[in-house]
Amino acid sequence: MLDNVSPDQMPDNETLIEMYRKMTMIRLNGERFATLLRTGRIAAPYYSARGQEVIPAAMAMAVNKDDYLVTIYRGMHDQLAKGIPLRELWAEFAGRETGSCKGKGGPMHITHPETGIMVTTGIVGSGMPIANGLALASQEKGDGKVTWCSFGDGASNIGAFHEAMNMASLWKLPVIFVCQNNQYAEHTSYRVGTSVDSIATRAISYSMHGECVDGNEPVAMLKAAEEAVARARAGEGPTLLEAVTFRFEGHVYGDPGKYIPEEEYNEWLAKEPYPAYKKALVEKGHAIEEHLAAIDQEITAEIDDAIDFALNSPYADIAEIGRDVYVEDIEP
Amino acid sequence: MSTEKKALITGAEATRMALDEAMAMDPTVLVFGEDVADPEGGGNWTATQGLSTKYGTRCRSTAISEQAIAGAAVGAAIAGMRPVAEIMLMNFITVAMDQVVNHAAKIRFMSGGKTGVPLTIRTSSGAGRGLAGQHSDMLEAWLAHVPGLKIVVPRNQADWKGLLLSCVMDDDPCVFVENTLQMKTKGEAPPKGYRLELGKAAVLKPGSDVTIIGYGRPVNDMLEVAEKLEEDNISVEVVDLRTIVPWDREAVFESVRKTGRAVVIHEAVKQFGVGAELSACIHEELFSDLKAPVGRIGAKYAPVPFAKHLEAAYIWSQEDIEQAIRKTLA
Repeated sequence: MLDNVSPDQMPDNETLIEMYRKMTMIRLNGERFATLLRTGRIAAPYYSARGQEVIPAAMAMAVNKDDYLVTIYRGMHDQLAKGIPLRELWAEFAGRETGSCKGKGGPMHITHPETGIMVTTGIVGSGMPIANGLALASQEKGDGKVTWCSFGDGASNIGAFHEAMNMASLWKLPVIFVCQNNQYAEHTSYRVGTSVDSIATRAISYSMHGECVDGNEPVAMLKAAEEAVARARAGEGPTLLEAVTFRFEGHVYGDPGKYIPEEEYNEWLAKEPYPAYKKALVEKGHAIEEHLAAIDQEITAEIDDAIDFALNSPYADIAEIGRDVYVEDIEP
Repeated sequence: MSTEKKALITGAEATRMALDEAMAMDPTVLVFGEDVADPEGGGNWTATQGLSTKYGTRCRSTAISEQAIAGAAVGAAIAGMRPVAEIMLMNFITVAMDQVVNHAAKIRFMSGGKTGVPLTIRTSSGAGRGLAGQHSDMLEAWLAHVPGLKIVVPRNQADWKGLLLSCVMDDDPCVFVENTLQMKTKGEAPPKGYRLELGKAAVLKPGSDVTIIGYGRPVNDMLEVAEKLEEDNISVEVVDLRTIVPWDREAVFESVRKTGRAVVIHEAVKQFGVGAELSACIHEELFSDLKAPVGRIGAKYAPVPFAKHLEAAYIWSQEDIEQAIRKTLA
């Protein structure tokens, strides 16, 4: 980790530490979600992204706050990196009125336009066509925004992926398709479900820039993210960025992941990015341990506050069922 | 009576008028779909002819990619545009159903009102052209079963223009179903700026004995049968629903409360159709006012057949309408 990076390619310490902050945000919120489920304090579907912290941390560094994000049910890491306020996030997880979606969407449909989080979908592969639409709007308005579209390796086998790649390339849309290849589509390994060695090669079929990057390596990931964003912003069209990573916690909370061979799991575990990054930051002199510990504490306090806020928030009125079905309230 | 000849337009021209007006008044209106730009012929029925020349990239032809078309409409709508996506034929919506059902319809609710999806999907269908089972279905009942969508089916060219313009300017996702048999036939032209409010039915002919409720192409047969039955002193009130979702309960109930009898008709398959919902609601609401059970007319429970005689026997006829009306009076 942070090896073999020439000094002129190494981001400044401030950037490296901000990425650490985002990764820690993801890590600690994820751990807390599992704790709250285990202790029965919330009941919600939880799709852990442990192991995939680097990718959204880098992407979020490369985009602006008002750039768009389209993500999926395994999306808490993306949303946190993009900057969603923790209180609204946790209140939504807890199904409360104060949640980002008034408790009507839950963890699989987090929406927070103030931080550019426009769509979180629970349907594999549906995000890409929608991301094209957001990017089309930016292109027509000339607002200079880019759309970051996040999905997994499994989604690259859905028809909508291919339709969307084709359209994005033809129209040179300002969109970055970030495929987080975590090696497993639900319970099916990459090799069993995907016909190509690398998803990034699928970009060739659509005359699109494609790149496969080590999604666990912060500097490489950041560089690839910045280049893709610059390409989109300059009107040079979309990028398919395959970020290779690993999913440590099973498909959904409660899935022990028995289908993952122990040898494979341990191989990835030995190079798990979050602890390795933390260690490297200190060992290579980019940060001092006390500073990182202070960040950890700060985030823990913020999570404590958000959960306290969430669990003490009221539930939405039953009348909410008739609201937001349409613009005008209805008798549902 | 004026001797002045009334201007006439085709269905395709009604679409063109509505879209042109919408694009001229609102720069966020985008049009895209298969073949819609001028180099590709300005749409399957030339309904979008001239728009790409006039409005540039705001009218774009797409690949045959219904999921990408519908998805792009969803995304653009969330970002503040008013996209009008063409799904050439209603059967092709099945290919894009995920975007329509899981996204367009539900995003406003699932986001707690944080985002909305002011898109319009223009599509067309209709039996009677010999296009058989995959190019003629009326699937509005499928869509009506998904909360969050508005569904509009016009009966003639003037309504077509007025309702389509309202769909485009509406802040909810609308599916607008044009009838392929009326694309090239003519009807009275509406004035510029003509709009019809969504969710409002029209009483096209007042009557006192029985109410017949329908939408789309069958309405024109309802009117003809109603005129004919006048000769037998049967007074039929003709109600054009215009909007399927949200349907005008007030207008329907008011009419049936008055007549005490009702027949519901649609082009789509009768079983599990829109007529079943209307009939059930009329029975629930007006049971004590009813003098007869509500009659229903719809297509037979089979795919749309190809051969002319089978297709004709498959959908409604004026005889079906007359019979159903007489049955409520028996």
